[in-house]
Amino acid sequence: MTTQPLLLVSHVCKAFGGVQALKDVSITLKRGEIYGLIGPNGAGKTTLFNCLTGLYVPDSGQFVFDDKPLVCNAPDKTVRQGIARTFQNIRLFANMTALENVMVGRHARLRSNVLSDILRTPFNRREEQATKDQALQLMRYVGIAHRAHDLAKHLSYGDQRRLEVARALATHPKLLCLDEPAAGMNANETAGLRQLIETIRADGISVLLIEHDVQLVMGLCDRVAVLDYGELICEDIPAVVQQHPRVIEAYLGSGAHA
Amino acid sequence: MDIFLQQIINGLVLGSIYALVALGYTMVYGILGLINFAHGEVVMVGALVAYSIMTALLPTGMPPVLLALLALLVAAPVCMGLAWAIERYAYRPLRHAPKLAPLISAIGVSILLQNLAMMIWGRSYHSFPDILPAITYDINGAHISLLQVVTIALAALTMAVLAWLIQRTSLGQAMRATAENPAIAELMGIPVNRIITLTFIIGAALAALAGLMVGANYSVAHYYMGFMLGLKAFTAAVLGGIGNITGAMLGGLLLGLIESLGAGYIADLTGGFLGSHYQDIFAFLVLIGVLVFRPGGLMGERVSERA
Repeated sequence: MTTQPLLLVSHVCKAFGGVQALKDVSITLKRGEIYGLIGPNGAGKTTLFNCLTGLYVPDSGQFVFDDKPLVCNAPDKTVRQGIARTFQNIRLFANMTALENVMVGRHARLRSNVLSDILRTPFNRREEQATKDQALQLMRYVGIAHRAHDLAKHLSYGDQRRLEVARALATHPKLLCLDEPAAGMNANETAGLRQLIETIRADGISVLLIEHDVQLVMGLCDRVAVLDYGELICEDIPAVVQQHPRVIEAYLGSGAHA
Repeated sequence: MDIFLQQIINGLVLGSIYALVALGYTMVYGILGLINFAHGEVVMVGALVAYSIMTALLPTGMPPVLLALLALLVAAPVCMGLAWAIERYAYRPLRHAPKLAPLISAIGVSILLQNLAMMIWGRSYHSFPDILPAITYDINGAHISLLQVVTIALAALTMAVLAWLIQRTSLGQAMRATAENPAIAELMGIPVNRIITLTFIIGAALAALAGLMVGANYSVAHYYMGFMLGLKAFTAAVLGGIGNITGAMLGGLLLGLIESLGAGYIADLTGGFLGSHYQDIFAFLVLIGVLVFRPGGLMGERVSERA
């Protein structure tokens, strides 16, 4: 494993009206790392995700990914550069089948165009078949291949989460960003998710994880960053983070460590 | 002559055309949530361009079928280019504006196109040359002309190709994903703006074909024809459930049949008080009825989800 950074976030600021959602946040994510991003509600975790994946334009600061600066406000380009994400509240294409949802994820990597689509060139047919095969393979990978032909909205909550991960993986990312993937999961499902994330990392994809389940984060992540009121208060390995006075303060209130 | 069967045949021809135009409304609505009121004018431009090409080439003595084909080959790209320009300059700048703004822009484009067409083609009615020989078949006392058969068959074929494109190709997949959630589609690497442009262009190609069909079947084209046709097709799209592709096809055919049967029987129903030239009232009775009793349309379950 190299220690060369995969993602450099430097001095990112973002305000909504008078609320400073991100104040001068800088973090570094190494290749092959599972990196946790935690903080109380409203700390700015999702805002950072949204800036990173091109949904928001930061007021200042920049992102360097894989040695190239990220283009802001162009989510489709961000995907092509190799960053994929899932959402805090599941956002699948509810009226398409599970398999189609994953196939859509392959879009960023397709080379067919409209003309070849209409003309059904041999290249186009091959590519479409390959897309389908890869999508099915990904569904096996996350463990929901048996639901491939059901509409996404008919899947159980846990399976929908897995489907979102499969769809994100289909874009062939170098970095997978998961926004509270364990939210609403029971202990069993969470254990399965943990295994899945470890498998994904083992296959060479770095993971950036927002999560409220502190146990999961501390057990799974190589390093953890803590945000509070838009400020980075600490970035280190879990054991150090857990002892950090400001982290304890943010989570338990100022009287706790007295 | 069997009036009922005859009106069914007429209704199918009219309905096929409505369906082709309604698809243009419904596809754009499905993706942008915008009623493209200029779409009827795109049909009008298609019809008039086809008319000009055919009359210009008529003296060459080419077989009329070939003429029609050439006319379509010119009219379709013209309409597609027009739709591209409308989307790019009249709608895209207003993508994030309140809903009313693009709607007003659409009406503006519609008026602009009508007036441009009036300047180019004049205010008179232009009559289309005959495309196909006047062969008529007899079915149980009702007549169906070769042109009517070809119209229905061609519309059915076009719609089948479109359905295949949307359900089976990666482009169609991208279109459906964009329709369901543009923001997420973009996050999956789908170039959403290009998909929107393509949706307009595909709708315009169908509109050009519909324009040629109107001209050929009712042998008139003029600068104002798009208005009523557009309203009817819009009604058809609402009837089927706006935003729903199958709904637009179904709504188009159904509206054609309702209008045609209504026109055939209105004199009997009102004791001769209203004649068949009142056929337009049926479309709008249907529109009002659907909006009052089933605003989602026949196949429109998506309206509630969208809200």
